[in-house]
Amino acid sequence: MKEIRWHGRGGQGAVTAAEVLAIAAFKDGKFSQAFPHFGVERRGAPVMAFTRIDDKFIRLREHVYNPDYVVVLDPTLISAVDVTQGLKQDGMIIINTTKSADEIKQEIGKDYTVRVVDATNIALEIIGKPFVNMPMLGAFAKATGVVSINSVQEAIREKFRENKSVAEKNVEATLKTYESLK
Amino acid sequence: MVKKILEASHAVAEAVKLCRPQVLGMYPITPSTHIPERLSEFVNNGEMDAKLIRVEAEFSAISSIVGASAAGSRVFTATSSQGLALMNEVLYAASGMRLPIVMVVANRALSAPINIWNDWQDAISERENGWIQFFVESSQEAVDTIIQAYKIAEDERVYNPVIVNIDGFYLTHVYEPVDIPDQEQVDNFLPPLNYKYKLDPTNPKTHGPFAYPVPYAKLKKRNFEDFHSFTPIIKEVHDDFAKEFGRSYGDGVIEEYKNDRPYVILTMGSLSGTVKEFVDSRDDVGLVRLRQYRPFPFEEVRNALEGKEMVLVVEKDVAFGSRSGAVFLDLRNALFDMKDKPRINNGIGGVGGTDITREDLGKAIDELKNKDGEIYWFEMRG
Amino acid sequence: MSGETEDMPLGGIIIKPGSTTENKTGGWRTFKPIVEPAKCVKCGICEKFCPEGIIDIDPEKGAVMNYDYCKGCGICAHECPTKAITMILEKK
Repeated sequence: MKEIRWHGRGGQGAVTAAEVLAIAAFKDGKFSQAFPHFGVERRGAPVMAFTRIDDKFIRLREHVYNPDYVVVLDPTLISAVDVTQGLKQDGMIIINTTKSADEIKQEIGKDYTVRVVDATNIALEIIGKPFVNMPMLGAFAKATGVVSINSVQEAIREKFRENKSVAEKNVEATLKTYESLK
Repeated sequence: MVKKILEASHAVAEAVKLCRPQVLGMYPITPSTHIPERLSEFVNNGEMDAKLIRVEAEFSAISSIVGASAAGSRVFTATSSQGLALMNEVLYAASGMRLPIVMVVANRALSAPINIWNDWQDAISERENGWIQFFVESSQEAVDTIIQAYKIAEDERVYNPVIVNIDGFYLTHVYEPVDIPDQEQVDNFLPPLNYKYKLDPTNPKTHGPFAYPVPYAKLKKRNFEDFHSFTPIIKEVHDDFAKEFGRSYGDGVIEEYKNDRPYVILTMGSLSGTVKEFVDSRDDVGLVRLRQYRPFPFEEVRNALEGKEMVLVVEKDVAFGSRSGAVFLDLRNALFDMKDKPRINNGIGGVGGTDITREDLGKAIDELKNKDGEIYWFEMRG
Repeated sequence: MSGETEDMPLGGIIIKPGSTTENKTGGWRTFKPIVEPAKCVKCGICEKFCPEGIIDIDPEKGAVMNYDYCKGCGICAHECPTKAITMILEKK
């Protein structure tokens, strides 16, 4: 079983990202589970969401304490919360930033695999707004191989089925982050 | 049958839609809110032919559907915590009148202090109100139990309201795969309600009359005796459902998992999933899950616990003044006159949304293995 | 419900309509309204005011009381514009 923790700020869509990843994994023929960190959400406050992916139905319902992957939607969160908390030794951090992986490693001060992508710029360029939650799914798919980019794109289309142009822009941005991941 | 991945609250709304209730009286409250939200969308889109009554509070929500139910409509409501507490007075009216109402309770802690997170104090505090109560483990079981709940409530041998409890957040806000049954299949299983005692101007009746002491006492005695006759009917409906839909949950009343071991955890609701994972990591502990909490399945529980060394009741509530949790009280009652009964301990945890992990379960079992009658508080993490 | 039956109906639901008429409340009366037909103008005011609904206006006889259910409150006598109704002490 793979456990993913999403870090974002209230309003950035970390919960939606966790859900769409679960939908994508399900489309890949896997079992999945997504849930928010049960909190009183406020815009701008640090928030978390979780996705579990496995080959069999997921019965486990405790919180995620030792994730395999951490996805960080907002680079300023590194100084606000410990994004590495409980992260497995061989775990990976995928972060939206303009910095290099080495710079992030230094900031975190721990020896984890770090993958970086400038999702904010990609989102501004393609979607026209700094919505990075869906684009970061593209980066996640590339970095981990846990989910296929096709399923991610199909899941986005399903989630945003009531607004096709928003869906397609997000799908496009997802492909760009998939290709731009460093 | 369509296998989908969706939020459990939305799966609940889909299940309710499939049951074709005619009147919805709902007032949103966290964590049940996504259920009335989605049902309102269905009514608004014309996907559901139901009258949605927009009420000003939960007291009116339940009152409106008590009236609609007495008039012969299939009805639905959902609530949580303070909302359920506010309904309290009318819940007794609904069960006293033996109305076939189905309600989902998204379990949440009660104030004060204000807390929106999951525990069972809301439903547990309604344990004497005469409603049948189920606790479910998964989104799928929530869907299946709602369909069964209508069948049970509307059975002429029952005619009694039913609560389906689903853990707040732990289930309500979780995305997971679920089979949403076909409309045709549900229609076959659950024909339109033909309530025998519906209010009808051409054939007048009185619901909820005044009763002098003796008839009142006689009615309470009848309800009390009827209540424990529901269990075999609940099993029957569960078995019929299993035949039709291919899914079952133990015997419909309790579910045993690897219950061939000396130590047992007895619990309810979504926590059972975590317990199953814990049980898989050990060779000395099994699980007995109460699916039906009210009426308490005394016989089934006694049979399941025969010959055990120790039973740990894990529950997310307290029974003030009883020195234990409420489920533990029933278990102690069930085992009272049993020969060579197991030792029993009570683990209280998950209160106010605190998390119970596999590690916590291991610590509790190891500490309580040789003890008896202990009240053990789980580590509070969240 | 007065509890004469042994088996209680499910939910206390009364399926036979009008069962409250079995409970004759006329016995509660201290004063009994007596109508003087000669004075009655059949205006129907007593019929409308009677809280128990036990008065009917007969086109021939005027106000007719159903003494099985009249509790003797005297509102009819008080409201009657022609003083056709008199309250007399019930002989028991």
